[in-house]
Amino acid sequence: MSILVNKNTRVICQGFTGKQGSFHSEQAIAYGTQMVGGVTPGKGGQTHLDLPVFNTVRDAVRQTGAQATMIYVPAAFAADSILEAADAGIEVIVCITEGIPVLDMLQVKTALNVKAALRANGAKLIGPNCPGIITSGECKIGIMPGVIHQKGKVGIVSRSGTLTYEAVHQTTQLGLGQSTCVGIGGDPIKGLDFIDCLAMFEADPQTEAVILVGEIGGSREEEAAEYIHSNMKKPVAAYIAGRTAPKGKRMGHAGAIIAGGAGTADAKIHALEVAGVVVAQSPAGLGEAVQQALAAR
Amino acid sequence: MNLHEYQAKQILRSGNINTPLGIAASSADAAVEAARELGGDAWVVKAQIHAGGRGKVGGVKVVKSLDDVRAMAETLLGKSLVTIQNAPDGQPVNQVLVEETLPISRELYLSLLVDRETERVAIVASAAGGMDIEEVAHATPEKVLTETCDPLLGVQDFQCRALAFALALTGEAYKDFCHLLPQLYRVFIANDLSLLEINPLVVTADNRVLPLDCKMSIDDNALYRRKALAELRDDSQIDAKEAAANAANVNYVALTGNIGCMVNGAGLAMATMDLIQFEGGTPANFLDVGGGATPETVAQGFKIILLDPNVKAVLINIFGGIVRCDVIAEGIIQAVKEVGVKVPVIVRLEGTNAELGRKQLAESGLAILAAESLTHAAKLAVEKAA
Repeated sequence: MSILVNKNTRVICQGFTGKQGSFHSEQAIAYGTQMVGGVTPGKGGQTHLDLPVFNTVRDAVRQTGAQATMIYVPAAFAADSILEAADAGIEVIVCITEGIPVLDMLQVKTALNVKAALRANGAKLIGPNCPGIITSGECKIGIMPGVIHQKGKVGIVSRSGTLTYEAVHQTTQLGLGQSTCVGIGGDPIKGLDFIDCLAMFEADPQTEAVILVGEIGGSREEEAAEYIHSNMKKPVAAYIAGRTAPKGKRMGHAGAIIAGGAGTADAKIHALEVAGVVVAQSPAGLGEAVQQALAAR
Repeated sequence: MNLHEYQAKQILRSGNINTPLGIAASSADAAVEAARELGGDAWVVKAQIHAGGRGKVGGVKVVKSLDDVRAMAETLLGKSLVTIQNAPDGQPVNQVLVEETLPISRELYLSLLVDRETERVAIVASAAGGMDIEEVAHATPEKVLTETCDPLLGVQDFQCRALAFALALTGEAYKDFCHLLPQLYRVFIANDLSLLEINPLVVTADNRVLPLDCKMSIDDNALYRRKALAELRDDSQIDAKEAAANAANVNYVALTGNIGCMVNGAGLAMATMDLIQFEGGTPANFLDVGGGATPETVAQGFKIILLDPNVKAVLINIFGGIVRCDVIAEGIIQAVKEVGVKVPVIVRLEGTNAELGRKQLAESGLAILAAESLTHAAKLAVEKAA
């Protein structure tokens, strides 16, 4: 088991024939992901990486039975690509693209929420501006380096790309391995959030512990702490980046900003500790923290 | 990206929103000419900088003669204005806005912004205008009113009425306010704003509602489709190093310490700053060269970091994922040779081909210290910068 994607998930790529799309599709195929084709409007009927190219996501779904998509199209077209995938019935939409205008994302989220309300099995969006999702040893959808992953028992959910790699690297070195790693992305308006992933990890038999990697800005970590306290039996370890970030300065990610004293690392760390989470003082301590959390169970 | 007040008010006017009459001037002569053109016997002269708190430090003044307009413009133009929001460096005043004065009976607060919690555009209003809204929200949260707008519908009339009643507006002011909100919402959407703040929004003696000040920020991600707005960028208002970083397309934030940092990924960059502080040092900057760092971005990063004379050591922390560590090592070696780095450089490489990268650094003959781990890297950097 795992969450969201596994070795049987049929995956397409939007922006398939572009530079990014081509490179990461090749990497995904090499990892063992069930890539079944891709979409580039105007190039339907061609073959790329030995796979069929379609003009529309609808065509791709109809002919390949695709269930998941990874989106590498430029920011100006990404919101439309997400909506196209949702309209075609794709279940897991992974948007890697960064730099999507926030007003576009407001509309996308509203449309997806409306769809979800109308249909029991609404599409799940991961990202945008994220490294993607990987179920170790089975299915890689995104830009993370596959080689550092190892099949195992830790579920990882993170707002940051390279910090996720730190968590993966350490759990691999300690022999714990990972079930699924979800990079939810650094934008303020995004798809799946901490709580969505925590709920799935709690229900997944393969996952024995969870690592949560958060950062300054917003209040989703605090909400996650609340959720962990009330709903989770599995041990959780965490790290929050940005303890020393100054107020009012945006730290790279559009969402990483301390505004009006809210969204500080200290408040998040405190909330998590109160919820019984083992919080690492340093990103170098994430592996040990989850070991400690597992031992204390 | 932030706009100046005079630019923001022009955008309001192009959205058919009334503002006080005003003309921007970049010389004392032009300021006097502007006052003459506006007419009347009193004007307000306002320093144009990308920061609030101008009034408290003499950046905004009412004057009653053309001579005083000139004197005020001469005092402000070409100087740096330091306010509570941009201390300690301040920002240069390159324009003043000369405006008509208005008889004011009340000062309100109004803003529109993207609210991440509700995932909607929020309208925030308060009867306590002219003050720092964060202080008002902290001390008296009941005085801050909020309505959020459905992205598919925009602001609704009932929401305008609710706010107008809560602000105790009556008669013409009530009508003006209910007319103004949908206009502001349209301006917000049409210009891809992330913030539109009017503080104060005034009720005049004859019971009309007007924006006395206006602050606008545009979503950087949307500048590609707002080309006319993108041209309003004023690099004189931001840190020179941050401006260079913008041009090179890397994320840089200047800080006050002495350890320059270059990291791939925003989260890891923040974590690296935290680690430095944890080990007793202080970071000179936040610098994210992006998840897909290349030798070119590494070289650019070096140049930007070294623009800061306080930097006593540079810490490079790269987790090579898709990008290979040997390629990054090559970039570091090239950059150190090319830029002529005179301070100690500490490098931590992890991930794809990390061994090979470390070997290249060791054999380069340059004074580059290879760290064994994240913690070791931070310790070394703190030690070398001390």
